[in-house]
Amino acid sequence: MSFYDVLKSVDMASVASALAAATEADVLRALASERPTRADFLALLSPAAARQLEPMARRAHELTVRHFGRAINLFTPLYLANHCVNRCVYCGFNTHHDINRRQLTLEEVEAEARCIAATGLRHILLLTGEAPRTSSVEYMADCARVLAKYFASLSVEVYPLDEAGYARLLEAGIDGMTMFQEVYDEAAYLPLHPGGPKRDYRFRLEAPDRACAAGFRQVGVGALLGLHDWRSEAFCTGLHADYLQSAYPSVEVNVSVPRIRPQTGGFQPKVEVGDRDLVQYIAALRIFMPRAGITLSSRERPGLRDNLLRLGVTRMSAGVSTSVGGRATGQSDPGQFEISDDRSVAEMAAMFQSQGYQPVYKDWQ
Amino acid sequence: MSDMLTIGDRELTSRLFIGSGKYSSNAVIPAVMEASGAQVITVAVRRVDPEAGQENILAHVPKSAILMPNTSGARTAQEAVRIARLARAAGCGDWVKIEVINDNRYLLPDNFETVKATEILAAEGFTVLCYMSPDLAAGRRMVEAGAAAVMPLGAPIGTNRGLKTREMVRIMIEELDVPIVVDAGIGRPSEACEAMEMGAAAVLVNTAVASAADPVGMARAFGRAVAAGREAWLAGPGAVSELARASSPLTGFLGE
Ligand code: SF4
Repeated sequence: MSFYDVLKSVDMASVASALAAATEADVLRALASERPTRADFLALLSPAAARQLEPMARRAHELTVRHFGRAINLFTPLYLANHCVNRCVYCGFNTHHDINRRQLTLEEVEAEARCIAATGLRHILLLTGEAPRTSSVEYMADCARVLAKYFASLSVEVYPLDEAGYARLLEAGIDGMTMFQEVYDEAAYLPLHPGGPKRDYRFRLEAPDRACAAGFRQVGVGALLGLHDWRSEAFCTGLHADYLQSAYPSVEVNVSVPRIRPQTGGFQPKVEVGDRDLVQYIAALRIFMPRAGITLSSRERPGLRDNLLRLGVTRMSAGVSTSVGGRATGQSDPGQFEISDDRSVAEMAAMFQSQGYQPVYKDWQ
Repeated sequence: MSDMLTIGDRELTSRLFIGSGKYSSNAVIPAVMEASGAQVITVAVRRVDPEAGQENILAHVPKSAILMPNTSGARTAQEAVRIARLARAAGCGDWVKIEVINDNRYLLPDNFETVKATEILAAEGFTVLCYMSPDLAAGRRMVEAGAAAVMPLGAPIGTNRGLKTREMVRIMIEELDVPIVVDAGIGRPSEACEAMEMGAAAVLVNTAVASAADPVGMARAFGRAVAAGREAWLAGPGAVSELARASSPLTGFLGE
């Protein structure tokens, strides 16, 4: 049974009504629970819980310090290519957008690697659009061989692969993957993905299953907040992470909580997800899954990132560029989306230290 | 009175081991070590980066301390062995705490894989300390495989729940001929003291100190609690009795 079957068994209409019906008492019970259930998680995501943000934040903080300490992992994304055959309406790399398409050569990959390694970071996340012919598995494996000299751990955030593809990446030294489902509600998913292989909702949803089966050490999931009702999407994301943690106990599960950002194409998000909503989501997630990693990207602005640090986040990006080859050449193509926090690794580290947190550059090899 | 703890070829006066994984800054480590009196500090090899300069945790470990690299992050015996060798090559010495975890929800150790790693590393001359789920049979296997000490957990890592595994640990203390170090779960000095009163050879603490409002103060409290518990163990606690026992027997008049 994959997560597709799990999700199919969830009646989204009753999720919506349970969210609406949750009472303050349900929220308090969930907060006091030693081992919160799915129902507790739902209560923590409900509008009723929005009035209990402070106690939720305190509990989330306490659990995070207990399980992760006052330490935060840093990583940075490296965009290998921006070729893409998909037409996601919210993305700057959409195949219909007239942007300068490129793919790094291995020499350019090495130049980027040198720039990133000089900042002290030892974990990186490789990204490509979905263009299996240019950004092939073999190309990624070649890049991994170059990057292995500079980094302790490599992860990918690329189009979904079959199990053999993940096994090939693992062999090349890549042992982490992130796959944003973007939208868990299948009916809402389709119109946002009008063309290209990404229309195959199920193949994407089951990608983390295939990566785990191939032996990946770390998987991440996430919904892109702003594309659909955030509470039910957050619920499905939590279910996904919880399912993965149970089905593959040896795999480290991470959840990302990205909010949609402006990009080439000017897509206007349908749903507003405010800062308070984001705080509620992160706290609920931490309480539901005390040991899951929570990743916060540079989509969020500096002040907010500084404050979210204490609420459950365990990994943050730093020194980010979302354009291809931006670091070594200094050129800035329009990236996949606009980032809000362009602080360097050193600046982020200084912020953590001033808040009583230790930046961790290397956490596995 | 000399009451040394011998592990491998080292003699220790302090029976508190400190974990280093969760501090807000590595810079507090020397103060924590000093306040606690601990001589052994465990460091996750996965976080050691020799090229990281001041960020490198090893730069903050007092010279006099015994470094106990741990293999956290390892999911198999093979990975633990690779990490231990890496640590030795990086100059971390010959002590290693084997930690093999295959379960990311509760972080409970895999005793089977730990036995396998112990066999290999002990044969290579490492002083092996095994983090484990308390279990007598598995503990015996670890000893047979060459473990210098076994480290049963008091409760799952990071929970601060205390000595939940009391009975199992007590049996291991009675039955095994190597030092038993209670590792993980200890949340308060009183719980560390209790483990020592039971006859544990030492206690390892990380979260309880690192997550305290004042880690240095808490480290000091743990140092004292462990010493007090040890002293009580050596002094031989009086037997526990359900009924109040009169100090002069009521039947003494009956004579011999
Ligand atoms: S979101 Fe990904 S798949 Fe969709 S257009 Fe952008 S790069 Fe391509």
